[in-house]
Amino acid sequence: MRYSLHVNGHIHTVDVDDDTPLLWVLRDAMNLKGTKYGCGVGLCGSCTVHIDGEPVHACRRPVSSIGISKVLTIEAIGSTPIGARLQEAWLKVDVMQCGYCQPGQIMTAAALLARNAAPSEEDIVEALDGNLCRCGTYLRIIEAVKLAAAGRKGA
Amino acid sequence: MSQVSPPKKSIRLPSRRTFLIAGTAAGGGLVLAYYVSGIGKSRKPGTLNAYVRIAPDNTVTIMAKNPEIGQGVKTMLPMLIAEELDVDWKQVRIEQTDADESVYPGQIAGGSMATPLNYEPMRRVGAAARQMLVTAAAQTWKVPESELVTGSGKVRHVPTGRTLTYGELVDKAAKLPAPSLDSVKLKDPKDFKIIGHSTPGIDGPMLVKGEPLFGIDVTVPGMFYAVFQKCPVPAGKAVSANLDTIKKMPGVRDAFLVPAGGQFGFIAEGDMQYSGLMSGVAVVADSWWRAEKAREALKVKWDEGPTRLQSSEGFARAAAALGKKAPAFTLRNDGDAAAALKGAPHVIEAAYAYPFIAHATMEPQNCTADVRGGKAEIWAPSQMPETGRELVAKTLGLDPKNITIHMLRAGGGFGRRLMNDYMVEAAWISQAVKAPVKLVWSRADDMQHDFYRPAGWHFCKGGVDKAGKIVAWQQHFVSFGKNNKFANSCDMPPYSFPAGRVPNLNYGATVMPSGIPTGPLRAPGDNAFVWVFLSFIDELAHAARKDPLQFQIDLLGKPELLPGEGEGLDTRRLLGVLEKVRAMSGWGKRKLPKRTGMGVAFAYCHLGYVAEVVEVAVSREGEIKIGKVWAAVDIGRQIVNPTAAENMAQGAIIDGLGEALNQKITIENGRVVEDNFDGFSPLTMRQTPPIEVQFVLTDHSPTGLGEPPLPPVLPALCNAIFAATGKRVRSLPIDTALLKA
Repeated sequence: MRYSLHVNGHIHTVDVDDDTPLLWVLRDAMNLKGTKYGCGVGLCGSCTVHIDGEPVHACRRPVSSIGISKVLTIEAIGSTPIGARLQEAWLKVDVMQCGYCQPGQIMTAAALLARNAAPSEEDIVEALDGNLCRCGTYLRIIEAVKLAAAGRKGA
Repeated sequence: MSQVSPPKKSIRLPSRRTFLIAGTAAGGGLVLAYYVSGIGKSRKPGTLNAYVRIAPDNTVTIMAKNPEIGQGVKTMLPMLIAEELDVDWKQVRIEQTDADESVYPGQIAGGSMATPLNYEPMRRVGAAARQMLVTAAAQTWKVPESELVTGSGKVRHVPTGRTLTYGELVDKAAKLPAPSLDSVKLKDPKDFKIIGHSTPGIDGPMLVKGEPLFGIDVTVPGMFYAVFQKCPVPAGKAVSANLDTIKKMPGVRDAFLVPAGGQFGFIAEGDMQYSGLMSGVAVVADSWWRAEKAREALKVKWDEGPTRLQSSEGFARAAAALGKKAPAFTLRNDGDAAAALKGAPHVIEAAYAYPFIAHATMEPQNCTADVRGGKAEIWAPSQMPETGRELVAKTLGLDPKNITIHMLRAGGGFGRRLMNDYMVEAAWISQAVKAPVKLVWSRADDMQHDFYRPAGWHFCKGGVDKAGKIVAWQQHFVSFGKNNKFANSCDMPPYSFPAGRVPNLNYGATVMPSGIPTGPLRAPGDNAFVWVFLSFIDELAHAARKDPLQFQIDLLGKPELLPGEGEGLDTRRLLGVLEKVRAMSGWGKRKLPKRTGMGVAFAYCHLGYVAEVVEVAVSREGEIKIGKVWAAVDIGRQIVNPTAAENMAQGAIIDGLGEALNQKITIENGRVVEDNFDGFSPLTMRQTPPIEVQFVLTDHSPTGLGEPPLPPVLPALCNAIFAATGKRVRSLPIDTALLKA
């Protein structure tokens, strides 16, 4: 089945089975490898993308459900002011160990900052608690989200 | 089938002790000689040795030789070279090498050994390249080398002020003979500009943009996707499957049975062995999703083998029965523990138990392989690619020389990727379909086909005399193995502390058979044993009515080197970190609220010395809230990359807290029950406390950090829970229902 998807500001046409999760469409049909497979059932957050601005688990969304929604992935989050600030903060704080979960962390954080420009630490934990990091970089993730949020205030 | 070449060397997995013996030799002549192999090779233009290439525009490319699994080694090893090469970090580009130990020794991510094995040799590699550039400048200007200095990638002639960049000198330098590594001069550490300065991870800018760096991100033209269904009971065999049905499913190119091959590590007698090809059913399709969907329709007849009735409950029952008997064999005996126990005024008896746990790397196991015409090209996230090469060679009948292995960034390792089972699977499937194949395990595959941290049971008796000293210690360790030999990664070292500090001490063991694969998991052994030892020491401290921290310090006794890993356990260094953490945490100086307590523990682990204090509050409902963790860490005189070091120490502590609070792999009917993160989870962000890490610098060679900070946090937490509630945790993971008021 052919689908025309609105991803990162462009229309991409793919030919995949109806039940293919958006995750695998992005990764294997569109070669956007930044969105990561971690659990396949919405438990780890590694595959978080934005659909019409909302953070969703791409592993749980069949391609047939996407329609004309706008999909934004880690590859393009840097084109938004919030995404760019988060990426900069992530590097400044040197958040990463293995880095595998971090695209999902950044996408979840970007959705948080879009609806709450000055989150408290509790807001950050509430938003990001579903994103697992096996290396244990949580303290630096919190620090980086705070730094990115503070960057806006200064701007 | 092509000719099978004999393996170049033994393909046994290096044991923890092998790592540590190698560690003792770090910086010594033996190791250094090995590094020279990459130095004297015939060189391409701009190339000074196997690690350093300089372009005319003075861009310096440094090869990163070790597998990057998140420990930061791809940044750290080049920092060592760049420091002695005397270039600015901003000039440096880093390239990951392929696996080739004939050029790059020790391409292993394991045992916290990258720093001890490479700290001095890598610096000498950089210094040797610098020396060649200095010689080239001296020849160009016809001046003595003693008049030349270097800095920021330039050579300067001091009397005249003339300078040449390394890029301008490299053509001439590359034609010079390479100096011997032991002759080159190293910098005085006070002149370090890169070592000791926080340097963010080199792949960071690509990681935050989602660029394809990981094994799972590899794409090869014309590749197919594979899933591989193994028997739910490890080592079970596929007898038959509805392959004709599967082959007709959309997008499926092939489906076939794969026979077992190589050796299995988990029925090992004695030491570790590598893992082999498991029996199963491969499904190959034009997309991973279609392969995975086809697998759901798979109906396999399995021969589940003799271990199909084993269970966690059964193991625990058997262990309890064995614990009542005398140990089958002795690990260590000092004095007469039985007699001393009879005479001791305070005797404590306790049984400790912990479960199997999985590695659960965020990136599931995967590998891409292209095996055609007797040659193999492999893209793998592996902690030890060379053993994978030999496993593939042996199992597929290939010459190891015809196997190329590209080392991809790994989404976590923790010991799981020391095994290369996924590599041989991908290679086998590719060879069968005569096309490149990308094998990706599902999360369930990954959680249910691991080499687990072994479960264990410890039956302890301890005696304290009137003065409050431990005079007797008896410990019966029940584990897995057969014929009085431990299975892979199940062994308990006879020198385990407090051995050497208790006059009457007996460590004995009994092993029972198991079909569950076991293997090294971050801080192998220590991640369980330190919890038992330091929990029981805390029990004895309370029995003696002593302050637990002072009791631990008193137990260290006089300053000396006790038998242990590497050169041994230096009691002075343990004392140093205990005193440091006492000061950091305000131990004994703060008034704590009700049902709040502090606990302390230490470890000498993988050559590092760590003491940790945990503060915890336990609600009347048993809910645990960790207030803070303090860690004092002694890994020698130099922290190479402080930002990465703090991150990794915090991560190791978070890992240990996850093991204590969340993690258990359950065996039923010979198979693993948990299949995803709802049943088995790392620590979550909400569970994560503030963690303060401080390094105690002592005048010893720098050692590694991946493992040492993990073990103490488990007993420190449980000791804190005792201080808060009076309830002793003797079983992991912590059952909060038992902590209710």
